[in-house]
Amino acid sequence: MYDVVVIGSGAAGLTAALEAKEQGFSVLVISKNYPTFSQSCQAQGGINAILDESNDSIDDFVSDTFIASRKISNKKRIRKFCELSKDSILWLNKLGVPFTRDENNNIAQRRFGGTSKKRTCYSSDYTGLKIINTLYDTCVKNDIEFLHEEFLLDIAVENGVANAVITLNINKMKVSKYPTSNIILATGGYSNIFSLNTTNSYLTTADGLAIAYKNKAKLSNLEFVQFHPTVLKETNILISESARGEGGYLLDKNSNRFIDELKTRDEVAREVYKRVVKGEEVFLDLRHLGEEKIDELLPQERTIALNFANTDILNEPLSIGVAAHYTMGGILVDENMQTTIKNLYAIGECAQASIHGANRLGGNSLLEVIGLSREVVKSFNKDKIVCNIDIKKYQKEIDELMHKEIKVDFYKVKEQLSQILFEKASIIKSNSSLNEVLEFINEQKNNLKYMGIEDKSTYYNRNLVDFYEFKNLLLISELYIKSAISRNESRGSHYKLDYEYEDESFEKETIIENQDNDAFIYFEEIK
Amino acid sequence: MKIKIKRFNKQKSQDFYIEEFDILNTNTLKALLEVKQNYDKSFSFRYGCKSAVCGSCAIRVNGVEKLACKVKLKENDLIEPLNNFEVIKDLVVNLDKNEHFIKKSNAFLEEFSSNVVTKNDGKLIDLQSNCISCQSCFSSCPVSSINSDFIGPTSLTKVFRYIEDKKESLSKNKLDLIQKNGIWDCTLCGNCTMVCPQGIDSRSDILKLRMKSLQNGYTDPTIQTSFNMEFNPNGF
Repeated sequence: MYDVVVIGSGAAGLTAALEAKEQGFSVLVISKNYPTFSQSCQAQGGINAILDESNDSIDDFVSDTFIASRKISNKKRIRKFCELSKDSILWLNKLGVPFTRDENNNIAQRRFGGTSKKRTCYSSDYTGLKIINTLYDTCVKNDIEFLHEEFLLDIAVENGVANAVITLNINKMKVSKYPTSNIILATGGYSNIFSLNTTNSYLTTADGLAIAYKNKAKLSNLEFVQFHPTVLKETNILISESARGEGGYLLDKNSNRFIDELKTRDEVAREVYKRVVKGEEVFLDLRHLGEEKIDELLPQERTIALNFANTDILNEPLSIGVAAHYTMGGILVDENMQTTIKNLYAIGECAQASIHGANRLGGNSLLEVIGLSREVVKSFNKDKIVCNIDIKKYQKEIDELMHKEIKVDFYKVKEQLSQILFEKASIIKSNSSLNEVLEFINEQKNNLKYMGIEDKSTYYNRNLVDFYEFKNLLLISELYIKSAISRNESRGSHYKLDYEYEDESFEKETIIENQDNDAFIYFEEIK
Repeated sequence: MKIKIKRFNKQKSQDFYIEEFDILNTNTLKALLEVKQNYDKSFSFRYGCKSAVCGSCAIRVNGVEKLACKVKLKENDLIEPLNNFEVIKDLVVNLDKNEHFIKKSNAFLEEFSSNVVTKNDGKLIDLQSNCISCQSCFSSCPVSSINSDFIGPTSLTKVFRYIEDKKESLSKNKLDLIQKNGIWDCTLCGNCTMVCPQGIDSRSDILKLRMKSLQNGYTDPTIQTSFNMEFNPNGF
């Protein structure tokens, strides 16, 4: 039996695993993927920190984060988060993350949207990639045990206490249970409900959220989905905020700038989206930055533009669009990252830690996954646990799926879901458009009995995993829509045409509770 | 457009077989998804970020390593799994070797030194630390295909990256671990450099590691072998 089982091997999972091992706990990391392939490698721009208090201050950092959150975050927790920033950077630096340095050999910082100071540390524009690879190398060094390509099926919860993780080994198709007294979900966000319009990896499918919810953990703030204002048109590949941070312009079809590029992402995304839905082209212009600056600070953006849009950003403006990028909502956690289920923790993008509120600042997500994932270890339970869950029912369910007749192709439904969500429930929405999506979702929930898997092979059956992922996405789509319907106002990334203003009575967090498989949604004061 | 895919499913056949598909998409990853969704749901391959940075969709097209999300297909192209790894199913290979070779060569920061790192120091390892662990280089390596103990270009470049890091105080340790089944076994064919989607020059990193080894008192065993053959005192 392991003291700690971490689900997910992105930057959050690896950080928690390293810290837990350092503190003397035995740790197992279970991942449906390989660590270096995780979503974290796509974080390009950087990680925020106060390194030198003579230039910047914790107070300013707290204030910027709180303002961006549109007042629905917890100032006390933001302060702790900001205070962890310097140590988080120094820790990463010690592990070997090659941060870009300035002329004085200090870790360089660039300016991101929504802040008045240069606060974002970076490694060119490959920050996430370099962090995740360095964390993984350190895990190998520290003999962290991994189970790769092992999919999370469920969490065992008895009398309100989580006591085991139930998984499916994708290759061997074997169901296993791993009893433990500390389960950490580090399974990423839910942007893939917009699977055709997201910057996210195909693999970030909200598994942790769905399973936590099914086991009656509370979710929160799901209506807040951040759309990134600069992604490559059609391919939805992210062009980092560092492009605007380094001075890039946004141009409309007449080559005029139409917004201060360093406003928060919700505002910039809305302005871009308004033009995109009218069928107008929007451009990101970097030409004036010059070759030297672009090659030193934005090499990845130049390569992406060349490879995927056949555009050399030195000579031409880049045609861009908007896509779902980061999900502020997630599994509700307290100040110790504990969910509403005992022994179950959530970290990184799958958690709602009352920091980002209605809008996350660029550079704050990597800080969350490093800073708070190291902290989670402090409240671990040291007692051994007993787990009585019988896992035969999971194997039986898989066997039944193997023999089920299929009438509806879930891959097609997944695409339809993404389309209708983007058209009617993305950057700008209304209760009537949201209700149309809810109707579609209810129809598909009914159709689930006609969906299943066609691959009948009993090893490496990715078709089966795809189906489980689809079911998780469908569930979270429903909760996203219901949360959005409940919040009758516009705030941050949540923008409703029928309620185009912030309403003080909604200066609260959305709480979603699973009551007899029905979502009960209410609002709670920020403590 | 017709493409060919090398398939393997041990529950269907013990042998590999080539199957032809009619596809609409020219982007390889989209074409693979099209095959899976329209023709055969059991068709297996890995993919993730679709933006050439997670490294999970590396495959071979007409014998050359490529990232599926990035490369365009032409009529009759042949898609195969990576070389030098055990094929699990279709294009999915067992990647556990990566961890093994990182461990074997201490391709991590062993002991932190608080040396000052300058802007230029950072540039020395910038390219190498852009590695996306896609294993294209390992797949292209002829030495890896005949010597399963060969540490291979992925980890050797990573060793170079940590040795050159001014924050590492135990650089020499790593040199010790790559003398055998490492830098001297490489034939310097340059395949790894040719196929790297990140433009990393592993061949040159290996050459630099050889130089560093000599500077640190290690000897080139390939020269020693010929020396022994010509002047072996036991031969007199």
